[in-house]
Amino acid sequence: MTKLKAAEPLIVKKKAEKETDAVIIRFAGDSGDGMQLTGDQFTDTSAVMGNDIATLPDFPAEIRAPQGTLPGVSSFQIQFAKNEIFTAGDAPDVLVVMNPAALKVNLGDLPKGGTVIVNSDSFNEDNLRKASWKSNPLEDGSLKEYPVVRVPFSSLTRNALKGTKLKLTEIDRCKNFFALGLTFWMYGRSMDHTLKWIGERFSKNPELADANVRALEAGYNYGDITETMPARTIVRKAAIAPGTYRKITGNEATALGLIAAARLTGKQVFYGSYPITPASNILHELAKRKNFGVKTFQAEDEIAACGAALGASFGGQLGVTATSGPGVCLKSEMINLAVMAELPLVVLDIQRGGPSTGLPTKTEQSDLLQCLYGRNGDSPVAIVAASTPSDCFDYALEAVRLAVQYMTPVFFLSDGYLANGSEPWKLPRIEELKPIPVSHPGAGEGVFLPFVRDAKTLARPWALPGTKGLEHRIGGIEKADRTGGVSYDPENHHKMTMLRREKIARIADDIPPASVTGPAKGKLLVLGWGGTYGSIAAAALESRKAGKQVAHCHLHYLNPFPKNLGEILKHYETILIPEINAGQLQLVVRGTYEGLRVVGYNRVTGQPFKIRELKAEIERYC
Amino acid sequence: MHSKEDFISGADVRWCPGCGDYSILSVMQRTLAQLTTARENHVFISGIGCSSRFPYYMNTYGFHTVHGRAPAIATGLKCARPDLTVWVVTGDGDGLSIGGNHLIHAMRRNVDIKIILVNNRIYGLTKGQYSPTSEIGKVTKSSPMGSIDYPIHPLCIAIAAEATFIARTVDTDPRHMGAVLARAAQHKGVSFVEVYQNCIIFNKDTFMPVTGRETRDDRCVYLEDGKPLVFGKNKDKAVVMNGLEPTIVDAAAADPSKLLVHHENEPLPHYAYLLTTMEYPEMPVPFGVFRAYQKPTYENMMDDQVRFLREKKGEGDLRSILYTEDAWTVGANQ
Repeated sequence: MTKLKAAEPLIVKKKAEKETDAVIIRFAGDSGDGMQLTGDQFTDTSAVMGNDIATLPDFPAEIRAPQGTLPGVSSFQIQFAKNEIFTAGDAPDVLVVMNPAALKVNLGDLPKGGTVIVNSDSFNEDNLRKASWKSNPLEDGSLKEYPVVRVPFSSLTRNALKGTKLKLTEIDRCKNFFALGLTFWMYGRSMDHTLKWIGERFSKNPELADANVRALEAGYNYGDITETMPARTIVRKAAIAPGTYRKITGNEATALGLIAAARLTGKQVFYGSYPITPASNILHELAKRKNFGVKTFQAEDEIAACGAALGASFGGQLGVTATSGPGVCLKSEMINLAVMAELPLVVLDIQRGGPSTGLPTKTEQSDLLQCLYGRNGDSPVAIVAASTPSDCFDYALEAVRLAVQYMTPVFFLSDGYLANGSEPWKLPRIEELKPIPVSHPGAGEGVFLPFVRDAKTLARPWALPGTKGLEHRIGGIEKADRTGGVSYDPENHHKMTMLRREKIARIADDIPPASVTGPAKGKLLVLGWGGTYGSIAAAALESRKAGKQVAHCHLHYLNPFPKNLGEILKHYETILIPEINAGQLQLVVRGTYEGLRVVGYNRVTGQPFKIRELKAEIERYC
Repeated sequence: MHSKEDFISGADVRWCPGCGDYSILSVMQRTLAQLTTARENHVFISGIGCSSRFPYYMNTYGFHTVHGRAPAIATGLKCARPDLTVWVVTGDGDGLSIGGNHLIHAMRRNVDIKIILVNNRIYGLTKGQYSPTSEIGKVTKSSPMGSIDYPIHPLCIAIAAEATFIARTVDTDPRHMGAVLARAAQHKGVSFVEVYQNCIIFNKDTFMPVTGRETRDDRCVYLEDGKPLVFGKNKDKAVVMNGLEPTIVDAAAADPSKLLVHHENEPLPHYAYLLTTMEYPEMPVPFGVFRAYQKPTYENMMDDQVRFLREKKGEGDLRSILYTEDAWTVGANQ
């Protein structure tokens, strides 16, 4: 499709080159500028080239806010490194901005001395006014503390595409590939992966494919021949553990986990869902996979999504429903029915900023208490939480295992940051994935007792409609122990309440113990859960390198807690619990364990923690 | 073959003495005994309300769920297990108030579930508040000055959602009810049956003016496929269309070619909708099967998509979606 083959990236003529361990780039532009796509391509290429990577997409809730305005700015940050990294980085080294609004929104995050690459064509009076710049920041000294590389992306792209049949608006939309090509040159990236991707993506529109290739290559060549470009920077491959890797987002890993769960249980997944940010793309992933024994059901509302999943569970399939915080509110009655009827149900809660509609596209971990307690009655459920994009796979599987083996609803908590963020995933060996045994009672004679429990797990039998002789009725009214008949007996209600509680508590015998990174006792333990793993792990590691006695324990099981957690916590003078909420795990830990000094670090900005803020907090206590 | 007794669960039935639900339960048990479906393949799903206790009394699989949501749970069950015969038992409050949304969507999807809506125009279990089907002006505990809600008509909702099987029957006519329930069970697609039911405590005799022994011949019309709508003690009245208005005429005097003839299997919903608007006192109230029309069911189309993709791409291979083309391998020596 193109006459030019990708230039050999590492063979550079005369230009200077330097090496560094890690680089953080942020691409920012209008939400129609293709910044998420640009970031994705840079990430894929860096992953394939062997760097460790972590990404942080950040986009507005509006699909297209008015062009050129501050609310319409979308960005994508990636860190790529030769060392192990845990987050997309606190602050960018390089900020690529497509318009004045993107500069306005992102400049505050750029440390002094950080490089700004601007689409100088876009700094016209109209765009400056829309972005509330009083004067042109490229002229008025606003950027005097930053090296600025002005590149007329728009006009250079138009030049590169001379002679194409595309319309001018289509030509202008190719400028993100020009920017991508330029950054590829700056960091010695190969264009091969993106060239292949363009070919596949636009296979039905060769004209557009050709235009994007030309824009990409023009950007690359511009870097190569322009004297004013800063020196090229090389980030060598990371020394990562042997294995096969792929780049994965949390939502992709969650969907794959459910598909694997179908295989490992020998069941079909029935996925009932109602579209909601940031959970919807799990539905999209699964809807494509119907040949894997997955049925997807887009319900009329959150309640029906959960109800249909529960109906499928009653029928003996894996009932799964997914949502975000506002949807959990709606599903809570149905989840309670699953608690009472003691049926398996997996509820994926991809948390976002709340309360109410809150911040739909931003991250938060503020549904923990809702999931633990947000139902009427004493209503215990199991809760697991993923901590990185790739371990969403493991904990989706784990949620299914607990649900079917304990006949209970299980919450799987992820969040907007994990859902959309990506990292390299060391792929599990298929043959090492453990089967999840599930049993159903066979046809019987005599009276069937649907609430006689397994001695060890306290799970009741999962008897399937269609089985002769096991006809029975379940429901939301209190059940008589053993028979499952309707019972208003006071002692029976007490007994059943305690049995439901004990069943969930016994899961603690069946999950791995919590583990600690760093000293086994001492001044400070940082206790985290969920998507804050990367920031906490990095901050604790850096603090230890600076000689601080700080340990890190990260919880993947929120209910019940691992059995050894109380013992671990006793060995530290202070337990610091950083959370992107107002102190939810903190409340539970205080209520569960006595005699500890527990402090919180709570910031609720819709953004992941920065490593430096956690490091500063850690150093207050040790 | 089963007997009626095979379908009696043995749980104590706790409806009020004289409640119309007894008759519906008994007719259901008798009807299922006459069908060929094995007992273990019947599942009854209900919501909340007096009629929603129904599953406890049926010796089949049963799930008494949450208020208004039975159609959603039944949809999931039927999609997961198309081999089962899935019944929903609901009431006017459960199905048309709190659960109106689920009812509409289950019907428009044509999920092969059998919905029995027991309509007594009152909230019974909460002790006598007006319901969405109560008449305007109805005096109840929550409407001491008369209800100011215009009522909803269950069958109008069903036809608006283009349910493929729509019928009406009454608790006091077990023979008619049995025939309608059997037809509902045999229909492939969603069945919606409204059963006029008498709440003896809170809304006694609400349907008496229409369905009472003395009046029913003149105030009800029994629908028969392919036959004109004829009613009256002496079958002396018929219905003709006067423009868009159905009108009562003398059956003997009317031109036979002008009589309105019942057709269950109309692809368009207009005619069935017209029937649903026929109400006492202006018109005779229709009973029987309003509509029985075949179209592909939701769960079959869902299975077809699974089958299609399996045929096209083969049975899903976990390795192929984990180890994708863009995966890369890091060797042990690096």
